[in-house]
Amino acid sequence: MDIAIKDGKIVERVDELRARKIYASGMIVMPGGVDIHCHIAGSEVNTGRLLRPEDHFRDFERKTPKTRSGVGYSVPSTFTTGYRYARMGYTTIMNPSMPPLEAKHTHEELNDTPMVDKGTYPLLGDWWFVLEYLKKGEIEECARYVAWMITSTKGYAIKIVNPGGLEAWGSGGNVGSIDDQVPYFGITPREIVRGLCKVNKLLNLPHTIHVHTNNLGKPGNYLTALDTMKCVEDLASEDKPAIHITHCQFSAFKGSDWRTLKSGAEEIARYVNNHSHVTLDMGQVIFTDTTTMTADGPFQYTLHELSGNKWVNHDVETETSSGIVPFRYRRKSYVHAIQWSIGLELALLIKDPWKIFMTTDHPNAGPFIFYPRIMAWLMSRKAREAVLNRINRRARNRSLLPSIDRELGFYEIAIVTRAGQAKALGLKNKGHLGVGADADVAIYNVNPETIDPSRKYKTVRKAFRQAAYTVKGGETVAKNGEILKHVKGTTMWLDVQVSEPIKITEEMKRRFREYWTVEYENYPVTEKYLEVSHPITVKANV
Amino acid sequence: MFKMINLYPLKKFRFPVIAECVSPDVFQGKNQKEIEELEIWEGNKQKRLGELFKVEETRKEQETIITVCGDVSKVRRIGAYMTSGEITINGDVGMHLGEEMEGGKITVHGNVGGWTGSMMKGGTIEIHGNASHYLGAPYRGSNRGMRGGKIIVYGNVGNEAGAYMRKGLIKIYGKAGQFAGSRMHNGTIHVQKDSEGRVGACMTGGKIVVEGFLESVLPTFTIESIKKKVKIEEKIVEGPFYLFLGDLTENGKGKLYVSKEKNPQLSSYEKLL
Repeated sequence: MDIAIKDGKIVERVDELRARKIYASGMIVMPGGVDIHCHIAGSEVNTGRLLRPEDHFRDFERKTPKTRSGVGYSVPSTFTTGYRYARMGYTTIMNPSMPPLEAKHTHEELNDTPMVDKGTYPLLGDWWFVLEYLKKGEIEECARYVAWMITSTKGYAIKIVNPGGLEAWGSGGNVGSIDDQVPYFGITPREIVRGLCKVNKLLNLPHTIHVHTNNLGKPGNYLTALDTMKCVEDLASEDKPAIHITHCQFSAFKGSDWRTLKSGAEEIARYVNNHSHVTLDMGQVIFTDTTTMTADGPFQYTLHELSGNKWVNHDVETETSSGIVPFRYRRKSYVHAIQWSIGLELALLIKDPWKIFMTTDHPNAGPFIFYPRIMAWLMSRKAREAVLNRINRRARNRSLLPSIDRELGFYEIAIVTRAGQAKALGLKNKGHLGVGADADVAIYNVNPETIDPSRKYKTVRKAFRQAAYTVKGGETVAKNGEILKHVKGTTMWLDVQVSEPIKITEEMKRRFREYWTVEYENYPVTEKYLEVSHPITVKANV
Repeated sequence: MFKMINLYPLKKFRFPVIAECVSPDVFQGKNQKEIEELEIWEGNKQKRLGELFKVEETRKEQETIITVCGDVSKVRRIGAYMTSGEITINGDVGMHLGEEMEGGKITVHGNVGGWTGSMMKGGTIEIHGNASHYLGAPYRGSNRGMRGGKIIVYGNVGNEAGAYMRKGLIKIYGKAGQFAGSRMHNGTIHVQKDSEGRVGACMTGGKIVVEGFLESVLPTFTIESIKKKVKIEEKIVEGPFYLFLGDLTENGKGKLYVSKEKNPQLSSYEKLL
């Protein structure tokens, strides 16, 4: 079968005599990879770079005539990020957790991330305006503000991190469950999640709400994750997902403390298998030295206390908080080994690959360059056993993995690494190779008909590590690990059109003056700011 | 196949030279021609070792011995990652000497730059001149300190010697700068002369012995007792010493021995005993 490409799109047919051809017989042809959740740009990533000179010292790339130099292992510099993704055959990546205040910074870095199309999710779960309107119960007014915020920060989806907890962290507290009250505002995380889920629906946004649950990284938090999924059960319509729980591995801990930690993957998988309104991503742990960075300030504080490592913690005015802690996942650590197991258990126990996606929550659970390794674990029981034999013994005895025989095939891998993610993001032109799709193609040098991935997992891993060809927008940008062309990807953002946009009154400007360090006039990101802007118009119901 | 190789710098270097290849492990089993062809960076230009150094092969030896004769104070990373053999340098040498080395011996008859023996895991470095800052300390930002081996300095050292140290011994016959043994977890630092202060800041374990003058001990250290002598690697150093424990900001249990005789200004601590 041939795939014809013209003007950056996949078409029915082209003039075969004049077209440039890539012979890919005996290879796997997939749409370009889509990553739903990886921290690659923005203030927290950049602070992570500043915090970790030793991370750059170990890993650097020299400049070549085609590419720029760069450094970094767990927090690579922007250009290197783009090149490394392209080498793996990834062409679309989403940067979660952009504090709206830092939108300009984030977009500057995204502009400098070549080779991939990208988008970014503004953090809206703890924004004062949202909290105020949800407290008053004015969902429609809240939706108008959210629409204004997404459009003016050039965001793509609603990101919610530890709803309510970040606001409480401003005064040194946190919320312990989804029914705890947020100080001052007097509403609960449940109301925030439900409110923003309704807003998401009113605005017809292509992606669902993207939720990092409360109590993340605490033993026993699988109940919170289940509560969070349950609380929007009635808001889902026509089998469409209503909520995306991100890096679910960190939210699937069972047990009362670190000593009794167990996997809660079974319970979460059972719930997800029986409901159609949830999508998840793995947040798979890799045993390596990495940098954790989230907007979840209280969680990062706990992590600093646990590890004793250097740290950064920050309160972003009225919007969110953030924290960064370098972290090393060790094979021989009971907790880390259990975490490693949970990620894979989730991916294997959830039957429908359209509901669970492969991520490492780069760089929180591991750098994205390890994706091929995760693919091998998913495709081969033998690969999993090879690691199981080397992890902490107590963790091995408690792991569910030895009892799981499931091995994903190449089709399922294509779903968990691109098609499913593109569908969840509402990207109609990505994640498939049908006519009309963007011509983002990844070709891997492995023959699915002759190779048995469950036995020859090393060959498969090697093939996925280095795409034979990566085609971006109709151009071959990488070949066998070599970058052939430096291309700029687009920045996708939502132009949310509401019938009655909010009025920028003197009152609003006054609040900007009082609440923010930035005046209203300097706040929105104009379209000129984006080097290659790709607005997606959304007609809202308000 | 082992031999002795002499290197003579052909000029006074203006730009930093990164000479990771000057290591017995790399030279081993190579003849003079092959050694001259080794890659080396001078500033931003990649060159051959033979373009910067005169390589001279002398006699056969028990193991590979490299002798560098001349001023190589701009040459960095000599002996990095070495596991065996010997390097002798007659002259000053630049930064990162013996970085992450695992074995063998480096002797310097001259001064050394910063980060000497950085992140080393084994082997011995002997310096007959002075050492600059960050002796045996990890690269900036890293907490992978020295994990073994021995560094002996006959002269003085700069600041932050033995930071983040986890194992091994640093022996300083001269003076030590500020923050010796900061954030160290384990291992031993022995300063035979004065120290500029802030010794053992944020240490959580290990042992620091100061035989000379130390103006003041950090307020986060508490006095434990007065010891007559202290044992360092099977050798007894006669005291008496004040023994302080710290650093309490990190709940540390590091031991700081300070000579009683040279530090009458610390006698007020005796009231607390």
